[in-house]
Amino acid sequence: MTQLYTDLGWLSRPPADFESRCRAITKMAEGGPRALKALAAYGADDNQLVSLSRVLGKLRAAGQSLAPLHPYKLGLITNYTSNFVAASVAGTALRYGLAVECLTGAYDQGLQECLDPQSSINRARPNAVLIAIDWRGLPLRGARTGGASSQEAVDTSLQYLNTLRSGIKNHTDAVCIVQNIVPPPERLYGSLDRVLPDSLHYSVSALNAAIADELRSGSDVLLDVSGLAETVGLAEWHSPGEWNLAKLPFAQRCLPLYSDHVGRLLAAMCGRSRRCLVLDLDNTLWGGVIGDDGVAGIQVAQGDATGEAYLDFQRYVLELRGRGIVLAVSSKNLDEVARLPFRNHPEMLIREEHIAVFQANWNDKATNITAIARELSLGLESMVFVDDNPVERDLVRTMLPEVAVPEMPLDPALYARTLSAAGYFEIARFSTEDRDRAKYYEGNSKRAALQQQVGDLDQYLASLNMEIVFQPFDDIGTARISQLIMKSNQYNLTTRRYSETDVRRMAEDPSYFTLQVRLIDAFGDNGMISVVICRNLTESELEIDTWLMSCRVLGRKVEHMVLRELLAHASRIGAQRLRGVFIPTERNKLVEDHYEKLGFASISRAEDGSSVWALEIASADVTAAPMLVRRVGFESSVI
Amino acid sequence: MLSDIYEKLTTVFHDVFGDDEIVLTPELTAKEIDGWDSLTHVRLMLTVERAFSIKITASEIGRLNSVGDLADLISRKTNLTS
Repeated sequence: MTQLYTDLGWLSRPPADFESRCRAITKMAEGGPRALKALAAYGADDNQLVSLSRVLGKLRAAGQSLAPLHPYKLGLITNYTSNFVAASVAGTALRYGLAVECLTGAYDQGLQECLDPQSSINRARPNAVLIAIDWRGLPLRGARTGGASSQEAVDTSLQYLNTLRSGIKNHTDAVCIVQNIVPPPERLYGSLDRVLPDSLHYSVSALNAAIADELRSGSDVLLDVSGLAETVGLAEWHSPGEWNLAKLPFAQRCLPLYSDHVGRLLAAMCGRSRRCLVLDLDNTLWGGVIGDDGVAGIQVAQGDATGEAYLDFQRYVLELRGRGIVLAVSSKNLDEVARLPFRNHPEMLIREEHIAVFQANWNDKATNITAIARELSLGLESMVFVDDNPVERDLVRTMLPEVAVPEMPLDPALYARTLSAAGYFEIARFSTEDRDRAKYYEGNSKRAALQQQVGDLDQYLASLNMEIVFQPFDDIGTARISQLIMKSNQYNLTTRRYSETDVRRMAEDPSYFTLQVRLIDAFGDNGMISVVICRNLTESELEIDTWLMSCRVLGRKVEHMVLRELLAHASRIGAQRLRGVFIPTERNKLVEDHYEKLGFASISRAEDGSSVWALEIASADVTAAPMLVRRVGFESSVI
Repeated sequence: MLSDIYEKLTTVFHDVFGDDEIVLTPELTAKEIDGWDSLTHVRLMLTVERAFSIKITASEIGRLNSVGDLADLISRKTNLTS
């Protein structure tokens, strides 16, 4: 189980030709840094990390631009051999898009490096300094050998670490990363070590608590190495032989893991934490396939080991949401089928309102993740994608290398652990804004339009198999029509509000031409998505009194089809001109160019920003969008 | 078989030195390989331990003078030649 951590099990295994690909990069005329970053995405071992850092050094020495890598100088203050740490951190940070230059300073000269303004680290003006002193470099042992008291030992150690920090602060603008203390597995008394204040273990615990208190405020950050060592086990972490051999502070086998934790913290400090978790559904959030097994057949319930494993994962995902991670769904499914468990399964913990964007369709997931990112105004480098299917993972990794795609274990019981171990959501500071971010993205589980993959918009629209249904106002529709009229704000040309009584009156008044519009597509019935009210101004002129549309169907060319319907009606009654009015509000900027885009000519513009537009029926030419047209409820003469 | 050890050891050397043109002979010593300094030697020993699932003590490391010595040590520890 430790291997998940020490082997960086969430990353793809390095290819067999890793070393030769490293060497090939040094010979590339351009694109070296990008290729290096791609290679660092694999779970490289300690030797491979040295190779990556060596290649980075060569690119830097050759004076090549390191873009798109972000240059970063990291000072290292240690009481042991830091060469391996330096190379490994530099190699690992590439994974996070950082070209780290590690400044190691003189061996075991931490105090001088920090306090002397002319020390090599202070002179180099580092972005950050990692203060990584291990227990052997602190006077913690004095207590049990009859020296200073435990509290004195803790105070002195803390003071020492603070002195190092203030030295760096006085001479540079660097942020200090302070590493806490990993106790050795060797015990003196046994369990009593936790009880007796003069034991090393007691002192280390007290010191770690004090370090955390110190760093709770201010700009410096904590690297919780103690927690990391606890996770893999102290016996795995500490290797007395390696300490004796070369003053290595912990087993070399743990170095890639340690370096990844440094790398993710540096990335977080650079504002590069990931923010959105995109989830597959079948066999990721529940066991089984909803399309085949149905709500009653999927595994997501207490009392069944597999079902509980998925619930555990859902619980962890919701905790992430609680701290501000935005949730999205990308599933190959029919939308209404994919939503069934969220709506109808009593034990599902994640609900539709937790999901900001819900992409259930048959398009490839790279396209969908791109659409999710665009919908949320997040970059692809903010996204994490979790899918049980290795083919889907590979496709997304290949097409969208910026997206983090963890390798997932076969056993869903380990999903949460794997996602957590990957540390994609590491942050250096936590604010209430962070926590509220997920709420800001309102869990309206909306669908984002997939416009990129197809490239050609009409082709994309055609793939939706849309059917548009036109219907005049009628009794059944009245409530919904009025509701839309009363609440639509964004895609609303005049924002005139009409009650149900008004709606009924217009439906009966022969001088009015009214439309309620429904849209059905491959994903289902979108319901009533547009309402239009026209009235005869004169025999030759029709004015569009109200034109509103649901933003959900933006970009589908519904408005073109509506206009064609209005033109058909106008020519049928012998009118010559359509007149449109735009009245600006705080909410409807979206449609200020509505009439212009549809080919109307500007007639007048008032000081308040409202404008009048006209379209000559005879010369109007509106291309049909790829959708079926159905008309319901018109008098037969109309059809 | 000693040849199996040499084959695996060659891969270890390629990984540690990032150079897949290194050819191992029993007489080869640190002086003849670019970058074989004391720190790289530590990485080499730790990688050998991992690759062959053996433990090598500090005193054993101190007695190694050539690749041949290393291969012999590995073969004693893994009993591959018995």
